[in-house]
Amino acid sequence: MSEKRTIAVTINGKRYQEEVEVRFTLADFMRQQLGLTGTHLGCEHGVCGACTILLDGRSARSCLMLAVQADGHEILTVEGIAPSAEKMHPLQEAFRDNHGLQCGFCTPGMLTTLIEFLRDNPDPTEQEVRIAISGNLCRCTGYQGIVAAALDAAQRLKAAKEAP
Amino acid sequence: MKPPPFSYHDPRTVDDAVGLLNRLENAKLLAGGQSLMPMLNMRYVLPDHVIDLNKVEALSFLRETDGVLEVGAMTRQRDIEFSDAVKARFPLIHEAILNVGHRQTRNRGTVGGSLCHLDPSAELVTMAAAHDATVTVVGPNGKRDIPFAEFPVAFMTTALELNELLTAVRFPRWPTGHGYGFVEFARRHGDFAIASAAALLEEDANGKIKRASLTLGGVGVLPVRMREVEKALVGQTASEDLFRQLCEECRKVDAIEDVHAPASYRQHLAAVLSRRALVSAHGRVGRA
Repeated sequence: MSEKRTIAVTINGKRYQEEVEVRFTLADFMRQQLGLTGTHLGCEHGVCGACTILLDGRSARSCLMLAVQADGHEILTVEGIAPSAEKMHPLQEAFRDNHGLQCGFCTPGMLTTLIEFLRDNPDPTEQEVRIAISGNLCRCTGYQGIVAAALDAAQRLKAAKEAP
Repeated sequence: MKPPPFSYHDPRTVDDAVGLLNRLENAKLLAGGQSLMPMLNMRYVLPDHVIDLNKVEALSFLRETDGVLEVGAMTRQRDIEFSDAVKARFPLIHEAILNVGHRQTRNRGTVGGSLCHLDPSAELVTMAAAHDATVTVVGPNGKRDIPFAEFPVAFMTTALELNELLTAVRFPRWPTGHGYGFVEFARRHGDFAIASAAALLEEDANGKIKRASLTLGGVGVLPVRMREVEKALVGQTASEDLFRQLCEECRKVDAIEDVHAPASYRQHLAAVLSRRALVSAHGRVGRA
């Protein structure tokens, strides 16, 4: 029988206390044990970026972490980005309006990656956006729309911040 | 694509980690996990024990004392990227770190993990070789220092004993005004380097080279310091022609041949990238 541990982790503001196999990746734990299937698994070896989550506010590959390592930490997944069930995040709106997603498989990783990027770099150049998403593969090759969405989102976030 | 079963240990101190490493059979140290986790997922490695270093807080630090930058093994690559001290006084390392994977992997990946994994294309390995770094390792019998030149012993194999743990690396600083240049050839930004070159130059007021360091990454099975080229550069007046002529020597390096590129292509890149790194370094002399 595989070794197990009990961990406590906060995901999208909700606290979970769960017993988990120590060999489980964080991605598998969230998808299979918690049913949080918004985080996608593409390559499972850190190349495709689909499983990107924010760990204490910093982007990370959830396929390259063990679930036990998330014990005591805070995680944000794509499910936690929107402010409410009725309202999307400006980045999500920009993706919709700029055709930033086709099949949608890479989208969770693109969104989480860009949330961190636009927080740290609110006024990016196109080249900076391209480097920021260089670790996220879109096999629809929809990069033009994704880059346009990221640049548009930067403007929307700035406008929202400047609004009284 | 799932890790095999193993026992998990998460020590809080270096002593506890070394104790576990010394006692347990077939144990693997887990640092940032950006190489070991894929290897576990693909079951290239089948450890009975995984010793996670992420809770050993004493291994995470970055400090500069008497012209030496000391970096703890568990310091994230991201912390190097955003360090003002590194950017100001170790600019070659700052330039190189931006080529290490992507933001998502640098947030987790560590300095010690990269050095111990010793992938020949790893930028931090190239940096340690270029700066004549020293690594500190701790085992059951205490601490020892290893000059980085003696740290790589074979392809992805270090001078660490099975019960030893790398705790820190020290980079000696080059004088204010030195030139630096790092160039890399990869198919996509953030990919493994097919080849890279790192140059450090110190020149006098007349452009005469006083000291030079030239390192190739991703070309040989180990990082390659071009000592002959460095020696030939000293005393000469820096110019692109001089660099072009001396970098021809880099075509003779014993190069890796794999699915990404034949050896002859890596040798060609070695000469071209070395020249570009030196040109970049020379152009920055006095501005560092």
